[in-house]
Amino acid sequence: MSDSSVSDPFHGWTPDALGDAGEVLPVVTAPDPVLSRPGPEVDPSDPKVVRLAADLLATMRVSPGCVGLAAPQVGVSAQVFVVNVSGHPKAATVHGAFALCNAKVVEASRWRPGREGCMSVPDLTGDVKRAARVVVEAALPGTGEPVRLATDAFEARALQHEIDHCAGLLFLDRVAGAHAIHQRKTYL
Amino acid sequence: MIGHDRPGIVASVSEALAGLGANLTDSTMTRLRGHFTWTLVCNGPGAAEVEAALDPLAAGGRLLATVREVRAGGEAAWAGEPYLMSVHGADRLGIVAAVTRVLAEASGNITDLTTRLTGPLYVLVAEVDLPPGTADAVAKRLAEVAAGLDVEVTFRPTETDVL
Ligand SMILES: [Zn+2]
Repeated sequence: MSDSSVSDPFHGWTPDALGDAGEVLPVVTAPDPVLSRPGPEVDPSDPKVVRLAADLLATMRVSPGCVGLAAPQVGVSAQVFVVNVSGHPKAATVHGAFALCNAKVVEASRWRPGREGCMSVPDLTGDVKRAARVVVEAALPGTGEPVRLATDAFEARALQHEIDHCAGLLFLDRVAGAHAIHQRKTYL
Repeated sequence: MIGHDRPGIVASVSEALAGLGANLTDSTMTRLRGHFTWTLVCNGPGAAEVEAALDPLAAGGRLLATVREVRAGGEAAWAGEPYLMSVHGADRLGIVAAVTRVLAEASGNITDLTTRLTGPLYVLVAEVDLPPGTADAVAKRLAEVAAGLDVEVTFRPTETDVL
């Protein structure tokens, strides 16, 4: 187990490597069409992509309970997202706060149902089946270095949710049945 | 049953039915824009007797019970292929009518359906049994209709894992 990539798939990369504190952006909500448009692949070394990753991290940081945010949620159609499930009770493996470009799920197993919400669908939650173990291949914003990330449990769910956003899909497109959407709050 | 939601409705109605010897079988309860709603089937005495027993629960018109007799044996097996349709987009008149018409034209039978309006977002999720071999044509037609309505539609086979 001396291979450092086992414990750190990011090879020492941290959000600080972006060299940009980022700006908090407004989060768009459904039915905004940008949320349903498949985002194009990006050049991870493009300064605009680095800026976008920093902005997503800044926006996630100030949003209570937010464990992930994808570019379409700030109105940009692109395959860039950020995740941070640190401290979440359903998390097992945790890689901290990170940003990925052009991510793809290359292995998925142990499908489990679970209820999830989304900042872009603030009033509903849905029961969605996701793989509890995934391997994701992506590129780091800035260096463009390739990443192969293996994770599980809640971090795996968050990754699949964000990769779906980049493909123009919401959890509403994946709910398990007619009784699998739920009102998050009541209006009285 | 439909009415103003409050704790204890299900318990009170169930007790009243049990008191009549009415055996509660299939039912579905949810809240629709804050209203308590419960549709239920039970085996037991005549409709008038049940309605009279539920009348004291009406709470001055805050809970409405309508009882009708239904014939037994509505459980006809139907050899369809189960599919799940999810539709979401900006609320506008006629979304449900347009997409369910596509299913009906293919002789698809909707077995479960939920619609929700939250703010400007309209969401519909329906489970439908389709005649074998019609799914591809239905999916194509749904995509056309959804594009015309400017809504998103996904259509996929229902997973039935037996665990
Ligand atoms: Zn989301």
